[in-house]
Amino acid sequence: MSEWANGLTNALRHLGAGVVERVWRLGSATRFFAAILLNSGTALRRYPLTLREIWFAGVLSLVIILVSGLFVGLVLGMQGYEILTRYGSDSALGVMVALSLLRELGPVVAGLLFASRAGSAITAEIGLMKATEQLKAMDMMAVDPIARVVTPRFWGGVLSMPLLAALFSTMGIFGGWLIGVKVIGVDEGAFWSQMQAAVDFRYDVLNGVVKSFVFGVAVSWIAVFEGYDSEPTAEGVSRAITRTVVTSALAILALDFVLTSFMFRGAS
Amino acid sequence: MKRATLDLWVGFFVVAGIAALLFLALKVGSFSSEASGKSYVLIARFDNIGGLKVRGPVKSAGVVVGRVTDIGFDPQTYEATVTLRIDERYRFPRDTFASIYTAGLLGDQYIGLEPGGDEQKLAAGDAIFKTQSAVVLEKLVSQFLFSKAAEGSETK
Repeated sequence: MSEWANGLTNALRHLGAGVVERVWRLGSATRFFAAILLNSGTALRRYPLTLREIWFAGVLSLVIILVSGLFVGLVLGMQGYEILTRYGSDSALGVMVALSLLRELGPVVAGLLFASRAGSAITAEIGLMKATEQLKAMDMMAVDPIARVVTPRFWGGVLSMPLLAALFSTMGIFGGWLIGVKVIGVDEGAFWSQMQAAVDFRYDVLNGVVKSFVFGVAVSWIAVFEGYDSEPTAEGVSRAITRTVVTSALAILALDFVLTSFMFRGAS
Repeated sequence: MKRATLDLWVGFFVVAGIAALLFLALKVGSFSSEASGKSYVLIARFDNIGGLKVRGPVKSAGVVVGRVTDIGFDPQTYEATVTLRIDERYRFPRDTFASIYTAGLLGDQYIGLEPGGDEQKLAAGDAIFKTQSAVVLEKLVSQFLFSKAAEGSETK
């Protein structure tokens, strides 16, 4: 009886400790975010550092973003045609491809790819710098590691993400056009004109850009924080990378739901 | 040398990203027709708007001249109040006829404006008096059935 009670107490204690740990980490992550924003001025003035991070986060993610965008577009074109042709409205293929890419798939899939391609790399780099005590060395030389290491990586990610999402959507629409118009033979004029009639610049395109910007902030924040907060061991860094990818994916999907319910509720 | 090539690639990336945004804005979206130009508001009351939606097009002679910006219900008259935002360039006579049409058999519904012959034009905020409700398919079918039944009883 007392053993059973002990087990229950222990389970409760673990649960409580877990909750307190999560809240504690959220608090330090928020404080870390404030520190990044406070240091943004100096980091952006030394723009070559940020430029280098745009290279790592943005330019090196280009290949996977462009190729995935193309294939997502190809699949959308094929599946969309298959469904729309049942209702005899295959001329609406362009609308379907463009709207699903601009509103949802572009920002979300680009964000997920960005988290696993660039976010994990940022966490690994900062985590290893911490494990090899480079961050401490910087501190000793009176160089603030948040201003020198963290902030440029954060802004590099934030600035790259909307551009990557726009490129993803563009490649997707190109892929949909390739399959729909060039392979299947949907009328090219209907494809573009119906798309232009249905897609609104402010409502669809700009809201997509806002979404991708929000995802960029979330993923970059999670990536730099997990790196900076990682245990300075090989195992700790690997766990931090896993946490970055998992937390970023969950954050993107949850934020997408919230943003969609704000942005696109009045549509129908 | 290393720095210069890196700058070049980042520059290329940014240019490509902005080009993609421009493509989305100009080629995919309808940026030019929506954002440019001023507009004014007209009100139209309908008995039944069918499946008309906010952001639906307002057409005259088949040309899009504005958008539906708001749809409300008037509890006094039990009518639907539809707010139309019309391009400033187009002015319509006071006896303009507004009706709700369907694009294609199952397409979206839109408002068609047929100008009358009045000298005076509708000002901003004015209401269109002559309106025709959406055609509800069920009513049409039942009318057809009733008229068929009536025909049958006449010939007997």
